[in-house]
Amino acid sequence: MTEAKGPHRLPEPPSPRPRFLSLSLFQRLIDALRNKGYRVMGPTVRDGALVWDEIRQVADLPEGWRETQEPGRYRLERTGSGRLFDVVHGPESLKRFAFAAREPLLTIERKAGGFLASSTLPRRELIAILGARACDLAGLAVQDRIFLHGSGADPYYQARRDGLFLVAVNCTRAASTCLCASMNTGPQARGGYDVALTELDGGFVAQAGTPAGLEVLEELAPPAATPEQVTAVQEGIDACARSQTRRLDTSRLPQALYEAHEHARWDDVAQRCLACTNCTMVCPTCFCHTVADLPDLDRQTSARVRLWDSCFTQDHGYIHGKNVRPTIKDRYRMWLTHKLASWIDQFGMSGCVGCGRCITWCPVGIDLTEELAALTSTGDSLARPAGSPTG
Amino acid sequence: MTEFNPLLIHPAVIVDKLRETEDIYTFRLRFADPALSRSFRFAAGQFNMVYAFGVGEVPISIVSDPDEPEVLDHTVRIVGRVTGAMARYETGDSLGIRGPFGQGWPLEEARGRDVVIITGGLGCAPVVGAIEYIFRRRAAYGAVTIVHGVKTPQDLLYRERFDAWRRRPNTTVLLACDRADKSWQYHIGVVTELFEQVSVDPERTLVLMCGPEIMMRLGAPILMKKGLPAPSIYVSLERHMECGIGLCGHCQLGPWFLCTDGPVFRYDRIAPWLGKTGV
Repeated sequence: MTEAKGPHRLPEPPSPRPRFLSLSLFQRLIDALRNKGYRVMGPTVRDGALVWDEIRQVADLPEGWRETQEPGRYRLERTGSGRLFDVVHGPESLKRFAFAAREPLLTIERKAGGFLASSTLPRRELIAILGARACDLAGLAVQDRIFLHGSGADPYYQARRDGLFLVAVNCTRAASTCLCASMNTGPQARGGYDVALTELDGGFVAQAGTPAGLEVLEELAPPAATPEQVTAVQEGIDACARSQTRRLDTSRLPQALYEAHEHARWDDVAQRCLACTNCTMVCPTCFCHTVADLPDLDRQTSARVRLWDSCFTQDHGYIHGKNVRPTIKDRYRMWLTHKLASWIDQFGMSGCVGCGRCITWCPVGIDLTEELAALTSTGDSLARPAGSPTG
Repeated sequence: MTEFNPLLIHPAVIVDKLRETEDIYTFRLRFADPALSRSFRFAAGQFNMVYAFGVGEVPISIVSDPDEPEVLDHTVRIVGRVTGAMARYETGDSLGIRGPFGQGWPLEEARGRDVVIITGGLGCAPVVGAIEYIFRRRAAYGAVTIVHGVKTPQDLLYRERFDAWRRRPNTTVLLACDRADKSWQYHIGVVTELFEQVSVDPERTLVLMCGPEIMMRLGAPILMKKGLPAPSIYVSLERHMECGIGLCGHCQLGPWFLCTDGPVFRYDRIAPWLGKTGV
């Protein structure tokens, strides 16, 4: 348990003077990363959503697409704009790149009189993320705090994390579900990146965040960004922050949620929540996992595999013959109280980075900002704004 | 692989398998790796993750005396998929161990004090190591009172241990049984009824409690009515656990991870969460 409280405070990166990358220099950035052995992963359009996939050229990026995100709704549309990063994000955060959704842990083989277990650490793979959003970098920082600073630093997470090169793209457009400004994590990346880009028409203003990032940038010999470009970047980011309407009032957390344990609103949200686990799967910080043992048919060898788990499942709170969280009400309360309150006690930071994915990808459009407001307000606690989805 | 991996399972041979009751066994385990066997240390009240090949792991407290860490006793009730598989293991077979994990009993803090140990059912297992530790250093501790409750006489395990402890100097053993038969010579009723017979010195007494959560939740206030301050009560709790290192997320209770912050907690720190529903 740590003493620190409150929202996110990421370290300020070094800020050498900003450069400008034209689209051709941007292609050379991709080439440079590939030449260094990185598999470059960027946002791509697949199955009606934005997902990470390998990028070889600028044309692989979702030029001219943007999305609409609302509670329980995600739609991509073509705009005809030349922008590459107008889609804010899809269901995937950066989580799986370090905390794999399916991570082989051990191979265990029967030997005469017993067995032998060996670690199956992931082979070192260099992955460059092109287009990491500020909220997702904050999410990665939260996961680093959990997996690398706890009582048992996790060597599987560490191996994957060590291979990441992070190119941030600052947001100049927010989805309606975004609340990074309120959580102090964006729309401008606050750190944790090697290079940060902000898209303008015809190119990017680029800034290095680490010596490795600076090295890659300098290889491209880009010109300095003009004062006008730098101003345009700041205006775009500021406008993006101002456009966000959702916010979480974290000022009375964690206490306010602890005190709300018996609040009637939990029954209300439990009527709507399907316990589908979507919110926990798309959350950049949710870290619960389960371990599966997978013996071969001949039972001579058995694999141990770690899989993402969710506090919304039946098994999560199961203990010999009883479930400590048998109802959906218990599980939603567990999730929200953990995410916004006990997380602060555990890790010195909120479990919410304001990406808004849990709102968008909830099939019934439950909005944690509404739930928190209702749970911690002193007024008409059951009221929901008109027009919000109901169960 | 030289890097330390807290998730690596170490094979351990079953040196002995003792049947304690109808559905409870004690597995006496020794690491297959002699170097690990020599270097392994644990504190009373800590637990290991015990693995059955191809089936899974369960958190089991280490029952044995911390001064004899070469052979590790684990008392297991056969209740689920993994323990069901373990029931079929025999002497000479191998289980796996990761550990030790968690915070043990406050045996240093207990030095010079009277110690009351209250347990129910299989809750007596996690305190056996603490009791042995105290009796090895008998002069360092004051009066020892061991209070234990079971549902039926058949549920009383470690019978010979309780008898041996009863013969120790300055030691009281009180047993209770909810549904007794004619063979039962001790108190009939729930264990909390025995609290009347427990003398508490608010300055000197330290309580270690382990058993069903309801026993601890109802029992602690009775002791506090006798004048015992809440920080002089320690409880050991149980939740679903898969990793033992505070990562898998299952064992949370409020802000606490039972596997790393517990399983032993000072009562005043955990009390706000014990009465809550659905946590």
